[in-house]
Amino acid sequence: MHPAPSLIVFTTLSGLGFGLIAWLGFGVHGAAPGWVVLSFCGLAFVLASAGLLASLGHLGHPERAWRALSQWRSSWLSREGVLAVATLGVFAVYSALWGFGGERVVWLGLLASALALATVAATAMIYASIRAVPRWRHWSTPALFLALALAGGALLAGRTSVGAGLLLVALVVQVLHWRRGDVAYAEAASDMGTATGLGARGRVRLLEGPHTGASYLTDEMVHRVGRRRSKALRRIAIVLGFVLPAVVFLTLEAWPAKHTVAGLAVLAHVAGVAASRWLFYAEAEHVVGLYYGRAAG
Amino acid sequence: MTSLPAESAVKLGLVIDLDTCVGCHACVISCKEWNTGTGGAPLSDVDAYGEAEGTFLNRVHSFEVVRDDAPPMVVHLPKSCLHCDDAPCVTVCPTGASFKRGEDGIVLVNEDTCIGCGLCAWACPYGAREMDRTAGVMKKCTLCVDRVTSETLPEADRVPACVRACPAGARHFGDLNDPEDPAARLSAARGGMDLMPEQGTRPVNRYLPPRERDEGTVVNLVALADPAEDAEAGGGLRWLDRALAKLG
Amino acid sequence: MPEDQAPGAGETAAREARPRVAKTTCYMCACRCGIDVHLVDGPEGRPAVRYIEGNRDHPVNRGVICAKGSAGIMQHLSPARLRAPLKRTGPRGSGEFEEISWEEALETARSWLAPLRERAPERLAFFTGRDQSQSFTGWWAQMFGTPNFAAHGGFCSVNMAAAGIMTLGGAFWEFGTADWERCEYFMLFGVAEDHDSNPIKMGLGKLKARGAKVVGVNPVRTGYNAVASEWVGITPGTDGLFVLSLVRELIRSGEIDLTYLIERTDAPWLVVEDPGAADHGLFARGGDGEALVADRRDGALRRWDDPEAKPALRGRFEAGGRPCRPVFELMAERYLSDAYAPEAVAETCGVPAATIRRIAAELAHVAFERAETIPYRWTDWRGVEHDHVVSRPVAFHAMRGVSAHANGFQTCRALHILQCLLGAIEVPGGFRFKPPYPKPLEAHPKPHGDAAPGAPLAGPHLGFPRGPEDLLLDAEGRAQRIDKAFSWEAPISAHGLMHMVISNAVAGDPYPIDTLFLYMANMAWNSSMNTSGVMEMLTRKGDDGEYAIPRIIYSDAYSSEMVAFADLILPDTTYLERHDCISLLDRPISEPDAAGDAIRWPVVEPERPGHAGVRGFQSVLLDLGARLGLPGMVDDEGRAKYRDYADYMVRHERRPGIGPLAGWRGDGESQGRGAPNPEQIERYKANGGFWQAHVPEEARWMRPWNKAWWDWAVEIGLVDAPQPYVFHLWAEPLAKFRLAAEGHGDRVPPEALRERLREAMDPLPDGRPPGAEDARYPLHAVTQRPAAMYHAWGSQNAWLRQIHGENPIYVPGALWREHGLEEGDWIAVESAHGRIEAPAVLMEAVNARTLWTWNAIGKRPGAWALREDAPEARRGVLLNHLIHELLPPKGDGMRWSNSDPVTGQAAWYDLRVRIERVAPRARSAPEVGRQASPVGVGPEVVAYDGKGTT
Repeated sequence: MHPAPSLIVFTTLSGLGFGLIAWLGFGVHGAAPGWVVLSFCGLAFVLASAGLLASLGHLGHPERAWRALSQWRSSWLSREGVLAVATLGVFAVYSALWGFGGERVVWLGLLASALALATVAATAMIYASIRAVPRWRHWSTPALFLALALAGGALLAGRTSVGAGLLLVALVVQVLHWRRGDVAYAEAASDMGTATGLGARGRVRLLEGPHTGASYLTDEMVHRVGRRRSKALRRIAIVLGFVLPAVVFLTLEAWPAKHTVAGLAVLAHVAGVAASRWLFYAEAEHVVGLYYGRAAG
Repeated sequence: MTSLPAESAVKLGLVIDLDTCVGCHACVISCKEWNTGTGGAPLSDVDAYGEAEGTFLNRVHSFEVVRDDAPPMVVHLPKSCLHCDDAPCVTVCPTGASFKRGEDGIVLVNEDTCIGCGLCAWACPYGAREMDRTAGVMKKCTLCVDRVTSETLPEADRVPACVRACPAGARHFGDLNDPEDPAARLSAARGGMDLMPEQGTRPVNRYLPPRERDEGTVVNLVALADPAEDAEAGGGLRWLDRALAKLG
Repeated sequence: MPEDQAPGAGETAAREARPRVAKTTCYMCACRCGIDVHLVDGPEGRPAVRYIEGNRDHPVNRGVICAKGSAGIMQHLSPARLRAPLKRTGPRGSGEFEEISWEEALETARSWLAPLRERAPERLAFFTGRDQSQSFTGWWAQMFGTPNFAAHGGFCSVNMAAAGIMTLGGAFWEFGTADWERCEYFMLFGVAEDHDSNPIKMGLGKLKARGAKVVGVNPVRTGYNAVASEWVGITPGTDGLFVLSLVRELIRSGEIDLTYLIERTDAPWLVVEDPGAADHGLFARGGDGEALVADRRDGALRRWDDPEAKPALRGRFEAGGRPCRPVFELMAERYLSDAYAPEAVAETCGVPAATIRRIAAELAHVAFERAETIPYRWTDWRGVEHDHVVSRPVAFHAMRGVSAHANGFQTCRALHILQCLLGAIEVPGGFRFKPPYPKPLEAHPKPHGDAAPGAPLAGPHLGFPRGPEDLLLDAEGRAQRIDKAFSWEAPISAHGLMHMVISNAVAGDPYPIDTLFLYMANMAWNSSMNTSGVMEMLTRKGDDGEYAIPRIIYSDAYSSEMVAFADLILPDTTYLERHDCISLLDRPISEPDAAGDAIRWPVVEPERPGHAGVRGFQSVLLDLGARLGLPGMVDDEGRAKYRDYADYMVRHERRPGIGPLAGWRGDGESQGRGAPNPEQIERYKANGGFWQAHVPEEARWMRPWNKAWWDWAVEIGLVDAPQPYVFHLWAEPLAKFRLAAEGHGDRVPPEALRERLREAMDPLPDGRPPGAEDARYPLHAVTQRPAAMYHAWGSQNAWLRQIHGENPIYVPGALWREHGLEEGDWIAVESAHGRIEAPAVLMEAVNARTLWTWNAIGKRPGAWALREDAPEARRGVLLNHLIHELLPPKGDGMRWSNSDPVTGQAAWYDLRVRIERVAPRARSAPEVGRQASPVGVGPEVVAYDGKGTT
């Protein structure tokens, strides 16, 4: 699939933002003063909203985006929208009462947490429900999105040791997602034989595409990543997104200028997650590729 | 509503004959021609005289089938929306713009409420949907709904433009839920198949598989089976005098 | 709810107000389909084209339409359309022009041509391309007096026309067709997607619907061959050998239609057999000049048409003291030779011997076991009444694939002989002619030349020489024509040799010319062999600084490559803006059961706002003819006789009562013959743009011998007198040329040409593959026209060019692996003449020794209003660069044309090459410079809204 920058920014930032909301729903360490609460909450808001705004860039008609809230009964995208709006609404009330009023309404916080996680899950389910993209259609997709959101959120929420632990959990999920994903297309039931109905006759291969140039379909869904590039990006994602921040946060006390170091580690994490997301799209093989000569393997 | 309707009694669709399609692209262009500017936004072509990337609702792919004990085959596969019974493109739509009609099963996009998110195109395993780059809305085969439901077009023209155009007669249109419909009968007789049945989409459109290729007819012609006559005198024309004698 | 908001719901009512429908004739290729052009009110209230679909009533396409036809809107609105006459300002090839007025353009042309006509009319060479008005353009050239006129048939498919007419009195092409309704076994030879395309697709569809067997004989399995029940992946150029091997098997086993051969062909005719004698190979004739047969009862000689004769098919006889034998025996003797045994030809043809035997058996089985005797009353030309006709449900078709080889004429003859042996012509289930055919060779004109200053030619340029006496040679025996048509180098070049004109003119061989006048032929690009060389020739200057071809006038509707190489451009209209007649005098729209012709008319007016505008070329030619005072184009006072081409279509008479259009003549009730009718065009429009006259029931079958057919043909003016004939297995005209090559007669070829002529002019095809094997170039390379594109025309078409915007070289699997090629690789293809480099693509379903690519996709940067970095210019490639119009020099000082030695047909498909892997390039090679665009570059976005605007 085409790794659209708007979608990478969206899922990376909003994952982080909703992850932070999830943690903030449980409060913050210690009795923080109002401005600290508001800063945390504000950061969560900005990240989640920035992500959502970025996602608008993906739309042909962003001015009609509100319509996307209507089909929650059938569409994960619609559910995501509804949940995101609900999360931000609940969280806004929760943050205001907490930051300005000084009173953390626990049930409201837990509701915000639950909604935030549900939002992340809904985002993931948009992908995991697409049968036409075998790499995505697996429980590891929501697991990965949730693990990353929780880990990143924990880091931002200052729950460093939990965050570091979650990063390692997320790394396991990530590696699993990749490993399983690498064989998903080949193992999926669809191949050029089923795509054409000619599989029983022999080995099917594309002779001529329907057009010699590009099209929306080939731009959007017949993306191709080189093996070397993929390997390099995976290493970068593992080091920046998981290992480095985990090590930093586990040893944070030992660092001088630990806030700066922590900040840099979070940035590294974000960069790593962005790399992971780029691969999440770019490596995802859509079965429509079978009609354009993209055989499995 | 993006939930799928209860299964319709009428299932309008195409039966496409892979045994007959010569891959001439007539259906591709007649489709584009009819459907550009008929209601929705035109089907645009960006960089039309350079790289050229346009919106089409129907495309023809050409495949080779390499066989172990027979010559390779080439099969042309025209592909447009299959108007699936379990259309994943419909249920993923967040706005309800993508819908399947209860009365005849046609899958359509309401361009006025489409936000151009592209998710329906992702959900479709067949590549039947293309976002129009200029209009920012999703485009797809409407089965020429404005033709097939027209009350003013001549009866014979109430078929999709691609069917009307197809020079080889490889495209058939009808109610595939009606066993008496000629298109449905043809599909039944020729083993009409689904594309990617494992995707669980239950397409309405059917593809007639190519008939067996490159099988010689077994004919038993005694004379041809007996080259021994060659060697005999008369330069292989011994039969001629007998035959002429018969003519009188 | 969305259900109420289906796309188009709001528009349905508006559209279904049924915009005006104008019925005219398509011109997106040569098919001449009927189209319904839906018009709406466009900008400023002018009619605009909304939609084009097939005309359901039209005999050619019965309502269907192809990709090109549907894309006609994009052609009509193309940004490459020319807008005004142009005068060259930069050097040739640069594309630098200034727009001028029509008056200046026409006066310029007149001032160039008038002195030529007075002094030396042959100094004008007038050649047209995909011209559908050849009876008019030819007449114009005839009146001008130049012998140098032809259209593009010489580099297209003259072999099919010449072999068909000389053998059967009709050709494949679009002049005949399989009996799709009854045929059960159909063999298709070579690439044939080019002519008669919708009718053949419709026919294949009918066969498929019935489950009839289709056998495709073609090196490449695409298009029609993809749907073939069986594919014979033959080696290019060996179709004739394959066919003759089938012939051998059928003769050997007696699976031939003896009655048909005796009654309908020259099989029993006696041929003088006396090698070395001056009449060797000629028919034995009686005192009245009629050919003789020997009666098998008593050996007595009788006239071939003696109804009492029971002719022998074998034996030695004497006629007038000359030894002779029946054609059939000569033929059988030839083909029963081991050289034609399936085992002997298998390797050359790339077809297993068992397959050849089996196909022969299948043919025989279907032709004879599944034949039916159908009650049918008809009377033959001798007055004998018949009460039945026997079906032969086997049919054949071939076109360019067979034609474009140097042995194409004889290959096509071989195929026709096979049809004759099976008795499968003009019978149900077989091959049927379309009026004005059947028409024997004798009914066709001979070629005319002998130009004289200030005078018209005595007759039409193109025709069929019956022997050396009809060649167009000067007193020294040199060619009269610039293309050397009807000379010893191409005696039966019935369509001329357009592909030799530029090369010969630049070489001054046989003489230099002053003005080259071309219409609708992209000779600087895909219509020429040796494209790079031709561009150089067009720009070559002599020592005096003058171009070797001093003046070039060109008419085209679009900014093609050729435009850039001309000095004066006369811009033509698009096909929706013009009058045309698709005439019985040219290439009509007849079907086997009906004669028909059609018109094109301006369904929209040609408008090029802000420019001098464009004019239909034929009208311009009439204007020019009047300015030159050409006979027939001016009245007694020297004023223009015809207002425009439409006026000519109605009022011109070629013979008294016979005009370009056959329908609604006289008072509107006559057809075929009759006085001009001023209402004629309106009658055509009212009838959907065409006219048809149905063949009477009793004249439907066995027409070459059917009295009712000939009576009807005379009645509607197809011919002036009945001309019944038999098919010719034996080509006597060739025997005459062979005798000349052996030194007999008073007109003999120069020594250097004799051996080649003697070999080529074989009265029976010998199936020899063309050219000599050369180990350096072991591979074949051929092109096909994509069904969705037609030549260069399609590349300006915003829709079509997305389907074929570049053309890789398809490489057969074995070769691919041998060269270690991988996806994305480029290869160089090299011939004895040139080298190209282009992307390669793997294909398995292709003859193992054959490369191929699509034709005419590559474009010169700057042409066709495309961006200079358009894929056509970067990744498109022409095979033409590899093909020379001349064969490699043989050291004899001769310029040997790369053409069929019988007809001069350009031998495009004889190309032999080798390949190697090369590094990918930014642009395919060779790079051919660029040209400025006199019309700019097309718009960024096309979004056709159906109201005439984009």
